[in-house]
Amino acid sequence: MSTTEHRRECRSIAAWLFTTDHKAIGTLYLGFAIMAGTLGGAISGYMRLELAQPGMDYVVNGQSWNALITAHGLIMIFYMVMPALIGGFGNWFVPLMIGARDMAFPGLNSLGFWLLPLSLIMLIGSLLVGDGTGTGWSLYPPLSGIDGQPGPSVDMTILALHLAGISSVISAINFVTTILNMREDRLPLFGMPLFVWSILISSLMLLLAMPVLAAALAMLLADRNFGGAFFDPAGGGDPMLFMNLFWFFGHPEVYIMILPAFGIISQIVSRFSRRPIFGYPGMVLAMASIAALGFIVWAHHMFTVGVGFAPRAFFTLASMVIAVPTGIKVFAWIATMWGGSIRLTVPMLWALGFIIMFTVGGTTGIVLANAGADQVLHNTYYVVAHFHYVLSLGATYAIFAGFYYWFPRMTGRMFPEWVGRLHFWCFFIGTNVLFFPMHFLGLAGMPRRIADYPDGFLGWNMIASLGAVLALASTLLFLVMLAVSLRRGAPAPRDVWGPAFTHEWDDDPEMARPRGTAGVEAGA
Amino acid sequence: MRGRGTVVLGFVSAMMLDARHGLAQAPANWQTSFGVSASETKERIVALHDHILLIGVCIVALVAILIGFALLRFRASRHPTASKVTRMPWLEFGWTIAPVLVLGAIAAPSLQLLAYESDIPDAQLTIKASGHQWFWRYSYPDNGGFAYDSIMSPPASVPAGEPRLLAVDNRMVVPVGAVVRIQVTSSDVVHSFFMPALGLQIYAMPGRLNETWTRVEKPGVYYGQCNQICGLNHSFMPIAIEAMAQPDFDAWVRDAATRYPVVSAATISAQVAK
Ligand code: HEM
Ligand SMILES: [Cu+2]
Ligand SMILES: [Cu+2]
Repeated sequence: MSTTEHRRECRSIAAWLFTTDHKAIGTLYLGFAIMAGTLGGAISGYMRLELAQPGMDYVVNGQSWNALITAHGLIMIFYMVMPALIGGFGNWFVPLMIGARDMAFPGLNSLGFWLLPLSLIMLIGSLLVGDGTGTGWSLYPPLSGIDGQPGPSVDMTILALHLAGISSVISAINFVTTILNMREDRLPLFGMPLFVWSILISSLMLLLAMPVLAAALAMLLADRNFGGAFFDPAGGGDPMLFMNLFWFFGHPEVYIMILPAFGIISQIVSRFSRRPIFGYPGMVLAMASIAALGFIVWAHHMFTVGVGFAPRAFFTLASMVIAVPTGIKVFAWIATMWGGSIRLTVPMLWALGFIIMFTVGGTTGIVLANAGADQVLHNTYYVVAHFHYVLSLGATYAIFAGFYYWFPRMTGRMFPEWVGRLHFWCFFIGTNVLFFPMHFLGLAGMPRRIADYPDGFLGWNMIASLGAVLALASTLLFLVMLAVSLRRGAPAPRDVWGPAFTHEWDDDPEMARPRGTAGVEAGA
Repeated sequence: MRGRGTVVLGFVSAMMLDARHGLAQAPANWQTSFGVSASETKERIVALHDHILLIGVCIVALVAILIGFALLRFRASRHPTASKVTRMPWLEFGWTIAPVLVLGAIAAPSLQLLAYESDIPDAQLTIKASGHQWFWRYSYPDNGGFAYDSIMSPPASVPAGEPRLLAVDNRMVVPVGAVVRIQVTSSDVVHSFFMPALGLQIYAMPGRLNETWTRVEKPGVYYGQCNQICGLNHSFMPIAIEAMAQPDFDAWVRDAATRYPVVSAATISAQVAK
């Protein structure tokens, strides 16, 4: 390597570290999400290995099992889905779609990103020191209290989540400001692409929900370390307070994750039906009402905590009402295809997979929303099936859909079409074989978060583990394809996907590649 | 003396029942839906679930069929020019109203079920179940207040015919056909008292005394597990309820009262506070 080349390389590493360009930061988020997803996926592979047969054969004991499931859940939510959908695609495409030069606060944007690797390191550290955080991602005290989990792990997890929360709030402020103030002339709010709307609404939800999580975590930290008794009955506190605070954040959080997915699916369905989205104002209102309703349904996670008839009836009805705006979205996607001119490209394939699988997850959500029936479903594998249908087969499909859709725009290169299709079908079959039998296990009464199960649960667990093999193998295929296409993919043609309705495609894809310092020149 | 004899008889009949009912209700491989229902609550839950499931299957099928049909009819090769229509108010109105009606058809029976579950009838018997890391303690305040621990049988020494990880040394015992009020609490972390065959689940919360009820309709042994992550041995905290005829139950109570120590209410509340 010549010295000039060497110097250029050093400069480009520094450029990645210090960049404030929205595209470069978007790329960092996506790369981070891919790495975190690989880590979270590897943990889940290990979990399915343990669950493939009865007995505790691989994990050391129940505590380390609990620590693993906690890490898996937190990593997938905070370090995979959110960074990919909001930080990754949001940073890349919101400014381009609204014709802004960059985000409103480029420096903050960079800070927001770099808090995340720090936070993830803290979280991984919490697995390595002491006994790990064996509480599940919901962190209920007293199990997460100092008697339940002595040692520094829970404190590290709390600090990791604080950092991730700060990062989310920073980026939310940035998105709201950018979208409200930096649209190019004459782009009215009700002319914005639905993806921009989805990021705006998710960001507003983040601003309301994250501080509540932060408060709950701060109180937990105080209980653990400074003699607090917010959640300790012996000191007049109540664990139920934590549950209320956690789910007041937790339920909106699930919509924070799914709204940007809705946005991506809307862009893709419209593009590949060669037609603007059907019923646009209805789509915006649907997202807004999902966001509003999302704040008044939290106690559907607490039906069995010991609350009376009236609150359970209220939260049952409120939860079911969310199905109405959700239905509007699904029907509008179908109506967009109906009468359109459909091309079944790789992104479209993932989008259609999303719509059908998300509908399955939404339907089981309706079942769970009935407090009377939830009595036998709460905390069973039925719930595990439900949230994986909306997250693993929902949000994750949308991430892949968006990734394939915007890959040519982000890299100037194409991926081999057949690999995209193979990836889809293997992942589709794999995740369904993995998660569908979990409905059966849940109905049969299998509790979630157990490391060993009664022998009667063996059959479907074995099948689920087989499905996991296929799902993980197809993810590996994706990673290989990504590595190859990034270097050797064919140059993307100028009009890859045909005529576009949104502006992120306006300039030359070749120009789009964030080349470190070149980010500034590459401004839209 | 007569009491002893009835206990033995009761025990034998329970063993036979084990063979007939007990095993049937433990989860079975390849089961695709609920196991047995041994209470009206569970039967009603199953009915509501089936009702919603039917609606759900129709919705998913509708979505899948519409998408499949759109793919066939409107692919670019067959339908090269896309329609320009983007609004159809009556259609949008329709797909907003239709789900409301469907939800109404779910909400009505759902609230009925919830009311049935929430309304605790006059109980003939009260039992306290207290969660501990990692076992349950049952006490019978109506019968002199004796209490005993219920611990999972170690996998190496599970009694013949009983399922691994579900069998316990001392079961909770209830009379068939009687309304039993179950009060649930915890002495340490949150646990969940979960008994699928009876359609029961309620958290064991430290510092709170939760209440639920059941009326077991069929004699037998029913299994459940602690259903809220509670630390190291969360996987190993089963619940076994044995339902027997009233006379057998009375005999069991007489025997249990002599065998198990009495735990006063004060001891229990001290535990709860701790
Ligand atoms: C029609 C819409 C939905 C309804 C009615 C619904 C309803 C529910 C209910 C009632 C529960 C609690 C079940 C229990 O613990 O007993 C639940 C759990 C859950 N849902 Fe949904 N849901 C819906 C959509 C979603 C979406 C879109 C997501 C995420 C993208 C999601 C993610 C989750 C997660 C992660 C849990 C489990 C949380 C935990 O206990 O760890 N749900 N849902
Ligand atoms: Cu929720
Ligand atoms: Cu437990």
